[in-house]
Amino acid sequence: MTQPEQHLHDPANVTNPEHASHHIVTPRVYAAVFATLLACTALTVFAADINLGVFNPIIALAIACFKGVIVILFFMHVKYQSRLIKVTVGAGFFMFLVLVTMTLSDYISRAWGLW
Amino acid sequence: MDSAIANPQAEHDTAEHEHVVLPQHRHHFATQEQQREAGSFGMWLFLLTEIMFFGGLFFAYLLYRNWYYDAFVTASNQLSVPLGAANTAILITSGFFMALAVWAAEVRKKALLVVFLIFTIVFGLAFLGIKADEYHEKWEKHHIPGASFDASEFINPAAFGLQEKPLAPDAAQKTQMFFFLYFAMTGMHALHMVIGIGLLFWLLARAQRGDFSAGYVAPIENFGLYWHFVDIVWIFLFPLLYLINRHPLAH
Repeated sequence: MTQPEQHLHDPANVTNPEHASHHIVTPRVYAAVFATLLACTALTVFAADINLGVFNPIIALAIACFKGVIVILFFMHVKYQSRLIKVTVGAGFFMFLVLVTMTLSDYISRAWGLW
Repeated sequence: MDSAIANPQAEHDTAEHEHVVLPQHRHHFATQEQQREAGSFGMWLFLLTEIMFFGGLFFAYLLYRNWYYDAFVTASNQLSVPLGAANTAILITSGFFMALAVWAAEVRKKALLVVFLIFTIVFGLAFLGIKADEYHEKWEKHHIPGASFDASEFINPAAFGLQEKPLAPDAAQKTQMFFFLYFAMTGMHALHMVIGIGLLFWLLARAQRGDFSAGYVAPIENFGLYWHFVDIVWIFLFPLLYLINRHPLAH
């Protein structure tokens, strides 16, 4: 049984009568993530101006994925949630990959559309 | 960190005091934590359907960008990177304030919660304002796909003072595909934002009434999940739509 975390003044124990572990993410963490997101946005724009050939879209998508991951983990609290929530999020992205991969397998096996 | 949905009895049995029945507690849930987690789980399931929904549009983009790459490059270069980047920063800021609003609700600071919700709305509206300006520009330049679409800017860019590779007339028509996806994806995103802002006004009214300053955080938290999801969609839309082949022409 986890110890109750004293993050807020709650003498009547209204929020959490069963003393479930509940992590409150602080504004400091949010500020750090916010700054990182803005920095990555600037990085994406600058990287777009440099000719890196086939790596331009790869880098742009990699930065976007990183931004998405830190929004999910911190702004959406997933890092502090139960395994159920984490698996749910993972399942969502897995199904998205299935969507893209299976549809792509259809199109790349044909030649129409290309000119 | 086992799920409260899977293990309600573990917490139920070890409680050393009488059950406090909170006003928002629904009795088909054994514990308040189980109720909170079920709500969060449900919102995530909805967001998963949204991932598949936008995923279809992203796939269409993936396909047509590869099929009509030159047309997509030329069309994308008509979008304003400063406006798109500003919008990205604005939406990220809106998400930051939404996260702070969740914190304020959790630590029972009603005034801060109201302020942060207001800032979330303000930055959301700013985003939509810039989007409206961009759409208006497209309207004026006849870049909205359909009968009035004008591809002359792509066939003869030099005549418009643009440093772009000219496209053959049939290739220039493929730019309509880019603009169709641009309007479909950013339009669907904007619709999600409009719905979100509507919900925010309602949450703001309830927050002002004190509904969320006594420990009942779930609506704010779950709306936050929705708002951050809309933010993530834009985080992907911006580089894909605005930053195709932006480096100085070295074809």
